[in-house]
Order: sequence, then structure tokens, then C-alpha cells
Amino acid sequence: MGIIKTLQLCYDYLRYDDEGNDPVPSRAVDQVDLDIEAGSFIAILGHNGSGKSTLAKHINALLMPTEGTIWIDGKDTKEEPELWKIRKKAGMVFQNPDNQIIGTVVEEDVGFGPENMGVSTENIWRRVEESLKKTGMTAYRKHSPNRLSGGQKQRVAIAGVLAMHPKCIVLDEPTAMLDPVGRREVLDAVTELNQKEGITVILITHYMEEVIRADHVYVMDKGHIVMEGTPREIFSQVDQLKNYRLDVPQVTILAHELKKAGLEIPDGILTAEELAGELCPSN
Amino acid sequence: MSLELKQVSYSYSVGTSYEVQALKNISLTINEGEFIGVIGHTGSGKSTLIQHLNALIRPTEGTILYKGEDIWTENYDRRSLRHEVGLVFQYPEHQLFESDVLSDVCFGPINQGLTREEAEKQAKKALAQTGVAEEVFSQSPFSLSGGQKKRVAIAGVLAMNPKILILDEPTAGLDPKGRDDILDQIALLHKERGITIILVSHSMEDIAKYVGRLIVMNHGSVVYDDTPREVFRHYKELEGMGLSAPQITYIMHTLHEKGLPVDTSVTTVEEAKESILKALALRKKTDRGDGL
Repeated sequence: MGIIKTLQLCYDYLRYDDEGNDPVPSRAVDQVDLDIEAGSFIAILGHNGSGKSTLAKHINALLMPTEGTIWIDGKDTKEEPELWKIRKKAGMVFQNPDNQIIGTVVEEDVGFGPENMGVSTENIWRRVEESLKKTGMTAYRKHSPNRLSGGQKQRVAIAGVLAMHPKCIVLDEPTAMLDPVGRREVLDAVTELNQKEGITVILITHYMEEVIRADHVYVMDKGHIVMEGTPREIFSQVDQLKNYRLDVPQVTILAHELKKAGLEIPDGILTAEELAGELCPSN
Repeated sequence: MSLELKQVSYSYSVGTSYEVQALKNISLTINEGEFIGVIGHTGSGKSTLIQHLNALIRPTEGTILYKGEDIWTENYDRRSLRHEVGLVFQYPEHQLFESDVLSDVCFGPINQGLTREEAEKQAKKALAQTGVAEEVFSQSPFSLSGGQKKRVAIAGVLAMNPKILILDEPTAGLDPKGRDDILDQIALLHKERGITIILVSHSMEDIAKYVGRLIVMNHGSVVYDDTPREVFRHYKELEGMGLSAPQITYIMHTLHEKGLPVDTSVTTVEEAKESILKALALRKKTDRGDGL
């Protein structure tokens, strides 16, 4: 069993009306089966309303399945006594950094999680130190989070999760509000955590070029998982992705267009270097 | 109909120890019918700049002229200025408040003094132009998807018939299709109604695809003001400012380095394709020439 496993996971939101009638269920996640290996980098794609975020919120037990089961590191989230252990194992980072930073000084914000968990003061500081170091934010430890850039704020949020020593981090569109450099800072930090610390990463994003780094990609539509595979397998299917309101990286679409214009180029080109390899045979 | 900034500077919290200069000596003219992009890293002064354009912020120094008149003289009608220069904030869905979509969009025109009937006419037109289906009109704006909410919020500004429409990252958080739909709709408004558009965005790809003129802000100053093609030639400098060029520009640079004589200043997929096909045809020709 992988670190995250779901079996026929379903979730219904309940919609209440003004007249006090019985609530109407609306299914957001529908019969999802996942098995995510520890230490992998997973990306989840899907249009707005496809169920990505609802699924993600099951991973740290913010939501409980209506039907089916989800196990985090072998623990069923429905087992009440396991709840806090599960939340320690799986941290979440959301889209808007301003909604998740609470401390008035960076290092205090990062220390909030472990303090809440009852970690000893000495250990809190050690964890704060190492988390700031891993996200490249040590130089800002005494700063006010308000004065940081978007990318820096998100790295503080990630450090805050790291300080709880999670086995996996779920990032729900962490770069949607950031400028290009902020986006790169956050992704580099996440990639490094995955590669150096072996933390399982689950990245939800609308930026297709961010997905190239993933080991495995899931595409959701109407609550179902409709495609899965490596980034290359997924991005080889340009037309199908467009049906799901998604896109491919610009280099992939360019290669696709060139192929349509008659050039011999394989599907699923993911980097400029690969395209150059096809177009400029070394002589 | 132009909007002109003359040596505009702005500082927050003047006279306190928190004083920060957000805009430094900015002079620029926004001409009727332009489609302008504004880019800059977080904190570069973009939002402060656009809030000057409809008199939400008064410059600390310098003047702002609309149709040749100083908008900060005592008797200037800034209320009508705000009707002519519409501003859609980032996260426009936070601007929604009414119980149904149509009433929400009617709020602006009614405020302008139109009757409910006239206002509804304007509102329906605006909703049609942002691609909101009629069956949604009676629904609560809060029950809509993110993309739909953004459309309704944009319609709310559009219903006031602005001459200039300013949008601060209207597509943040939308899926690729939703993003394209909204930007296509905005481009259509520009084309068909001749509305001047000012688009603030963090997506270099969207900027390259849609705008005719690109303003780059850094530390409160305008550092570039040119066509996207010219601006993105400076991609190394842009990176130093927390920005980048569109992905396609980097791809073309890589191809060029590897010996394919492509045009490195192209900024869209379509242009790139043309340039690559041309370069390949050229190479074929010279290859044959060598063989002779």
C-alpha cells in the first residue's frame, strides 16, 4: 500500500435552500481509486469544479469521504483517534498566502505548527531553523510576513508545514497568485523537498509547465479520474486535454503544431531541448 | 479621450516612519482604443498605478489629465470619471454582493441614475458580452463557479459603459479554458466596442497573445513601454525584475543556440511555428546548395 490510498472514494456536498427543504447532495468526487507511492511527486490537473480540491482536502482529513475509504500512511481517516496523527503526516498549502500566515514574525509563524503539537521549546526552534533553511528563507526569519513578496510568503507557508515533519505535502494551486519568479521559487523549493527529503508532493495546478516535474499526473473531470500517466503520456494527448478544458505547455503545443504542418516530431515533447534535438540534428 | 499621467509620484504613509514611495515620477499617455498590458513583480507598483487612473488614489506629486482636464482640480467631476474608467479588481468575485446576478450587474447603472428598466437593458447587454447565459440571471452570484463569478463581476463594470476598462489579474486561479474564454471575450470588447483595455497580468504568455503595448513596472518606475516583442527582447533584464519572457521566447533562444536560424523575438506559438518552418526550409535549400 502506498502512502496515500483511496478505494472508491466519493464525496457529496450538501446544498441547502432557503425554504428549509431537505438538502440536495451534489457529488464532487466520484469513485476515485488512487495509490500513491511514498516519495513520489504527483500532479493533479482538472478544470475549476472538477473535484481536485475536494479530493485534496481528504488527504489531511479536512473532509471525510461520504462513501469509500482513504488511508494515509496506512491509517483510515475515519478512525477518529488517528485524526491528529494523520494531519501531522499530511500538510496543506493553499492558494492565497495571506490567508494562511498568522504570525507577526516569520519564525513565529513557522513555529506555530510544532508548538501546537506540543513539541518542546528547544525542539521547536530546531525545527524552525531547519524548515527555514530548507525553503531558503533563513535570511528573513526576523521579518514581518506582511512585507514579503508572494513567493516568499508561500515559502514561509511551506516552511510552516515542514516544521510539523510531514511525510507528504499537498499544495492546492500554490502559485496562482504569484509573479513568474515567485512561481519558480516555490516550485524549486517543493522539488528540492521531494528530491532531498523524500517528502511526497501532491501539486494541484493550472499551470501546465509546472507539471513537467511530476513523476505521475492525474487528470480529473466531474469528480472522476479520467487520465493518468507520466507527464509525457498525458501531454501527448493534446486534443483530449483540451476537451477537459486543460492545456499543454507551450513547447508541447508548438511541437504538435509543427507535426501537423508535416514535420516528423514525436508527441509529448516537454522541453525546449527535446524540441531542439528533433529539429537540429547534431552534425 | 486620452488619459495622461505627468510626472506622477505617490508615497504611502507620508510623514510617518513607514513612508514608502510606491510610484516614482511616472509620465505616460493612454490613448483611445489601445490594448495595454502591465507587468511587474509583486510590490512593483502596478496596483497603485492603476488606482490612480480612476482617481481612487490622489498622486502625492504630479498631475493626471483626462481628456485634457486635470482630474484633481476642486470642481472636477470624479464621479463620472469613475464611470468612464472602470476598474475590475483582482478577485472580482469578491465585489459581488446582490441576491441575484442581474441585480448585481444593475447596481452600477442604477447608481449612475438610470431607471431599473434601463439598467436591466444595459446589464443584459453586458452579461451577453461577457458570455453569461440567460438562465443564470436569476441565480445567486455566490452559487456560480469561479469563472462565472468573474464574468458577472466584469459585466458589472461593463454595464456602466466605460470608455476604459482596467482589469487587475482577471484570470488568477482559472483553468486554462476559463482563462482563454475570459481573455477572448475581453479582446472582443476591445475590437467591437473600441474600449481601451488595460490588463495587469502575471502570465507572460497571455500578455504576448493579447496586448499591443506593454508597460513594465519595477520599484515604482516604468522601465519599459513598447510592443511585447520589443520588451521581451530584454528577457534577461526582466528576469532580474522578478519577471520572465513567454515560454516560447526561451524555446526560440534554445533552438537558435543549437544552430537553427529562427527569429528569437517571436512571442506567440503561431509566430514561432512560422519562423521554425521558414528556418527549416532555408536550411534545406542551403544543404542542397552545399551538395552542388
